[in-house]
Amino acid sequence: MASKAVYTHRDPMLKKRDDFEDILEERRSSSDLRYALKCYTPVLYKGLTPCNASLLKGMVLQSDQLHYVISQMSKGTGRATDDIQEEAMAILDEMAHSLQLSTIRFFAFTLSKVFKTLFRSICVNEEGIQRLQQAIHEHPVVLLPSHRSYMDFLLMSYLLYTYDLALPVIAAGMDFMGMKFVGEMLRMSGAFFIRRSFGGDKLYWAVFSEYVKTMLKIGFAPVEFFLEGTRSRTSKSLTPKLGLLNIVMDPFLKGEVFDVNLVPISISYERILEESLYARELLGVPKPKESTSGLFKARKVLSEDYGSIHVYFGQPVSVRSLAQGKVNRCQFSLVPRHIPKRPSEEIHSFVNDSAYKLVRAQEENMVLKPWVLLVSLLLQNHHQNQGSADAGQRKGVALDELTAQALWLRDLSREYGAFLHWPDHTPPSEVVSSSLSLHQGLVRICEGRVHLAVEQAAAGVGQPQGTVTPEEELLSQAVVILSCVSYRNQALHVFLRPALLASAIHTASSNNKQEVFNSFSFLRNMFSNEFILCPGATVQDFEEACYLLMKTGALQVTQQEVLVTESGHRTVAFLTNMLDPFLQGYQVVCRFLCEEATDSLTEKLFIPAVRKFIIKLLLEGRLRYAEVLSSDLQKNVLAALLRLGAVQKVKGAAPGTLKINTVMVNSLEDTLGGKLPTQKTVSARL
Amino acid sequence: MASNSSGGGGEGGSSDRQRIAQQRLRIIAGHLQRPADDGLIVLAAECKGQNNKTEASSEGRTVPRRRQEIMKWNGWGYSDSKFLFNKKGQAEFTGKRYRLSGMIMPALKDWFEGTFGASLQHKTPATPVLTSSAVQPPTLNEAFVEELKSTGISFSHNAEDRVFRAHGHCLHEIFALREGKFGRVPDMVVWPNCHNDVVKIVELACKHNVCLMPYGGGTSVSSALECPPEETRSIVSLDTSQMNRILWIDEKNLTAHVEAGIVGQDLERLLNESGYCTGHEPDSMEFSSLGGWVATRASGMKKNIYGNIEDLVVHIKMVTPRGVIEKSCQGPRMSTGPDIHHFIMGSEGTLGVVTEVTMKIRPVPEYQKYGSVVFPNFEQGVACLREVAKQRCAPASIRLMDNEQFKFGHALKPQVSSIFTSFLEGLKKLYITKFKGFDPNRLCVATLLFEGDREKVLQHEKQVYDIAAKFGGLAAGEDNGQRGYMLTFVIAYLRDLGMDYYVIGESFETSVPWDRVLDICRNVKARIVRECKDKGVQFPPLSTCRVTQTYDAGACVYFYFAFNYRGLSDPVHAYEQVEHAAREEILANGGSLSHHHGVGKLRKEWMRETVSNVGMGMLKSVKEYVDPQNIFGNRNLL
Ligand SMILES: Cc1cc2nc3c(=O)[nH]c(=O)nc-3n(C[C@H](O)[C@H](O)[C@H](O)COP(=O)(O)OP(=O)(O)OC[C@H]3O[C@@H](n4cnc5c(N)ncnc54)[C@H](O)[C@@H]3O)c2cc1C
Repeated sequence: MASKAVYTHRDPMLKKRDDFEDILEERRSSSDLRYALKCYTPVLYKGLTPCNASLLKGMVLQSDQLHYVISQMSKGTGRATDDIQEEAMAILDEMAHSLQLSTIRFFAFTLSKVFKTLFRSICVNEEGIQRLQQAIHEHPVVLLPSHRSYMDFLLMSYLLYTYDLALPVIAAGMDFMGMKFVGEMLRMSGAFFIRRSFGGDKLYWAVFSEYVKTMLKIGFAPVEFFLEGTRSRTSKSLTPKLGLLNIVMDPFLKGEVFDVNLVPISISYERILEESLYARELLGVPKPKESTSGLFKARKVLSEDYGSIHVYFGQPVSVRSLAQGKVNRCQFSLVPRHIPKRPSEEIHSFVNDSAYKLVRAQEENMVLKPWVLLVSLLLQNHHQNQGSADAGQRKGVALDELTAQALWLRDLSREYGAFLHWPDHTPPSEVVSSSLSLHQGLVRICEGRVHLAVEQAAAGVGQPQGTVTPEEELLSQAVVILSCVSYRNQALHVFLRPALLASAIHTASSNNKQEVFNSFSFLRNMFSNEFILCPGATVQDFEEACYLLMKTGALQVTQQEVLVTESGHRTVAFLTNMLDPFLQGYQVVCRFLCEEATDSLTEKLFIPAVRKFIIKLLLEGRLRYAEVLSSDLQKNVLAALLRLGAVQKVKGAAPGTLKINTVMVNSLEDTLGGKLPTQKTVSARL
Repeated sequence: MASNSSGGGGEGGSSDRQRIAQQRLRIIAGHLQRPADDGLIVLAAECKGQNNKTEASSEGRTVPRRRQEIMKWNGWGYSDSKFLFNKKGQAEFTGKRYRLSGMIMPALKDWFEGTFGASLQHKTPATPVLTSSAVQPPTLNEAFVEELKSTGISFSHNAEDRVFRAHGHCLHEIFALREGKFGRVPDMVVWPNCHNDVVKIVELACKHNVCLMPYGGGTSVSSALECPPEETRSIVSLDTSQMNRILWIDEKNLTAHVEAGIVGQDLERLLNESGYCTGHEPDSMEFSSLGGWVATRASGMKKNIYGNIEDLVVHIKMVTPRGVIEKSCQGPRMSTGPDIHHFIMGSEGTLGVVTEVTMKIRPVPEYQKYGSVVFPNFEQGVACLREVAKQRCAPASIRLMDNEQFKFGHALKPQVSSIFTSFLEGLKKLYITKFKGFDPNRLCVATLLFEGDREKVLQHEKQVYDIAAKFGGLAAGEDNGQRGYMLTFVIAYLRDLGMDYYVIGESFETSVPWDRVLDICRNVKARIVRECKDKGVQFPPLSTCRVTQTYDAGACVYFYFAFNYRGLSDPVHAYEQVEHAAREEILANGGSLSHHHGVGKLRKEWMRETVSNVGMGMLKSVKEYVDPQNIFGNRNLL
């Protein structure tokens, strides 16, 4: 039942997706209390070993793996095993969930109330639910939702309860524990808590991994965690974290279970609760500590309309079929399975590839609203107007022009396989205006023209006009821009490959196919910390991009050449513009490193310093894209440069000191800007 | 097993056993009183001459040259013994040889139809007779034949003789025979009578570049006997069945020197006559030969007492193209570099012909007792076996069947029989399933066989049952145990019955460390079910396993699987894919390529990863040295 191909490169238009049902509909017409007290009898794993939360702890503490680690530690440090055992117990107590149905019922009741006020609908693909139910019965299941909001995991448990599915146990970050009451509530609703970093703490790792594996092996409950590790503040999928994925795949690889089903789940919010919170955070306003009062203070939040949520339960992916032909499981035959071992190179790259495929599967089933297309167009328009910064020019786009462009983009995105929810039976103008009105904090309509709400943002800073510094004004505009960007980013994965190709054509010095490919390959490599690009799939991605652009008539690809057609210029321009902020951003960061960075630059100082540099450029009008202020982008550039070896972390110096290879950074910058041809050595041959 | 053997599990209850054992003891005593000077009993010395060709059968040896006289050419075992559904639709086992012979098994039909979705309406009968014209005419090496004639060694190129030696008992081999299809078959069969005959044959084969393939009992289940289709030389099957004498018995050292062609049942019977046994009892012992055991590294059911073949041999003589290989003495253990026996054992007929073997023997045990234990589930059963192994108190044999096999065993209960006290059994079942709360769909059974002197057996028995009790095991009687062992001899016949009704199946084995036993059982069974589904098998297959041997560091696990192939265009191919996948699964779960069936050609593709590149190179260089012309060209193993 689990599909073999997690992500296919066939014509994306042909992707078949299930229909949605709104679960709030019933909540609006029947008693929440009765719902919260309903009879709950989920289908369980067929190989279930009956167990409760405290027995489970016992099993973990008794496990061979833990015994081994404890005795090794004791031998190494001379500490008494009892002592270490106690420490292990303490770790487990701190970590373990205490899932209780009553708490879930409490949440079922309160969340029903909350959801009904916040959202118009919560739509779920019920076929996905059926698949999930079967998957839970067959094999241990791991739920892998996308992560855009705090809401995600409560929402997940709420849904599973609603559909009478086994309630998951959820790996949550320790930061929730700061909120005492909420922390305990979450624990009782199935959350277990992991420290954010436990580097070399072998005992912690052993307890933690054994805890997760035991739950999986005995089929205690579906295990849920976020592949992206944390909430994406940009709405772009984050580079997957491998730790937990490694852990949940281990029982299969070692033959302790026949298979494990991984279920990618895509949660799309029409409006994200944390919208401007994220933007501020990315701009450097420090992240508010996740405190109880903070969460509940959001009274304002409760009075707004957040549109709808779509939750798509993807095809369960069998770890067994993922591993087929990729992993030789015999490698685990020569060492007792309870002795912890670093994953081999082969396993590491298998887990990494799988992680990317799964995140791609999440991306694929993200529902896009018309707003996402509108805001993409509006952002491009905003920046173009900015370019021709003639004060006299009228701002924004005429509403009917915007509608026409949106229809064009709608068709294009569908050709590219976007999961677009565009109400086809509603007149386009209505679709556009209702989309705009849901996001009235971000756009303005003025004299029939639509533009981003940047002026108001500046005015809204609250101080009398004169006292606002240009920098403050810039930052408050950037909050709006970054909020908009986060919506545009939802569509990025649809356009990414064609956009990389369009930019490659733009930067390559000729139409020669190999050269375009080199350039594509360079960009893809450069941006592989920024976007979800499966490792080793360069040729595949190139072919997919060519295919899509050819299919829509924008490109002619022959043996030797890649040519943009007459009618293709519009598409190519749109795509290049979409990627341009990233290209510029990467160049700017490179420039910063070459021009401004000192020997004492550390990782910690990097963000504030580069931000200062960018603010200067923006204020001087030498850079258009305020989104480059996003610390996410800046971190990604640094990660890319570290990966490419253009920047190195120096050992011995102050922690995180960066050593910059100016020549290399410089040449990367020039190549990004199309000033230097891509070096052949960087890329594979077609 | 066949009732003409007294070594196996077929004989009556324990009192019966006791009587026989005492009789044997008298015989032993008789031997001891004999004024023989050094305890050496010389039974045969010279090579059997051509004049007494019939000697073998007249001495009561089982295997005639023309095997087809008593055995099926396209199925398992004796021609007179087979399962069939009679006119009333009841399963019946024909013949007189086995305990089950002539009995009716009323529950089998329901089990069969229910398990496989098969129907007695849908038959797939085998081609009744072997059509010689369908067999490729032999490619003879005239010069070889001429010279062979002059040695007086008997040979044949009769089609039936050749077809009989072109296969073992893999499913695909038997399936093809039933369809009347023959691939490459040996061009000729030779029957050496003794070691020297073999020396001559091998010399001639080298001289004329003829391909030799040793043939023992023909029970191979690894495609070891299949002729390589690409072989262009004349292929000569060297049938060892007429080299079947015990040459001497040395009572001081408890060894016997035996010709390698003797089959298990004859060896045990003849030794029993002198009060001895080897205790080597592979399930195929009715037909498999000593040379075959050595060539495949066979394992017997009672290895816990007597050891596997490698523990049993003291001395081996093998004729190779380079000459005869053997050790110069019979010291019980030597430190003389790598043990050359280990090049011979498991060589699967690729290096030469094993002609004579000195084997350890033991006095026939005084007392034998069967037993059985029912466990609430397979996990508990495995835990118990592990504990038994840990305490090193395994009985002569201990086997644990899973729930499906437990049910299968019940389906094979005959209608009327003194030992199958069905009423009591029914009560016992009630006790197990109702009173103790055992789930009939989860419980599983271990069968036990104890051997030794009476007191020790009873003591031993108590020890094992006490351990079993710790794992929730309940003693379930001798009969259940005995039936379990009896079934191992008829199970091969059952496959033929299945094949009459669209059901094909096979068993395969592995060895695996203790901590992996449960995982491998679960995963391989699940893999089989999944693969069958993927291959378009319409009904869920029978996918079951049992743990058949225990060791200090692990166990031997047997898998059985069978399915109804109605609706499949190429059932054998589907079957082979499933078996292949199952083997992959075994290896992925830390299981070995084989515990005792060997590699043959069936599992050859995994040899390299099994023994490493260097290991493979070592084996190859031995082959290269011993047999540079590839005279022993069955292409097994490497
Ligand atoms: C129903 C059934 C039950 C079985 N149960 C067991 C069991 O319990 N334990 C077990 O170990 N096996 C078992 N087997 C497998 C098989 O019986 C063994 O592999 C046995 O050792 C083969 O002996 P054979 O005499 O029949 O050899 P064959 O099948 O004739 O030959 C097997 C291989 O050995 C070679 N060979 C045979 N004789 C000689 C010789 N004298 N010199 C050199 N090479 C030779 C052949 O060339 C061939 O490669 C079973 C098979 C069946 C069908």
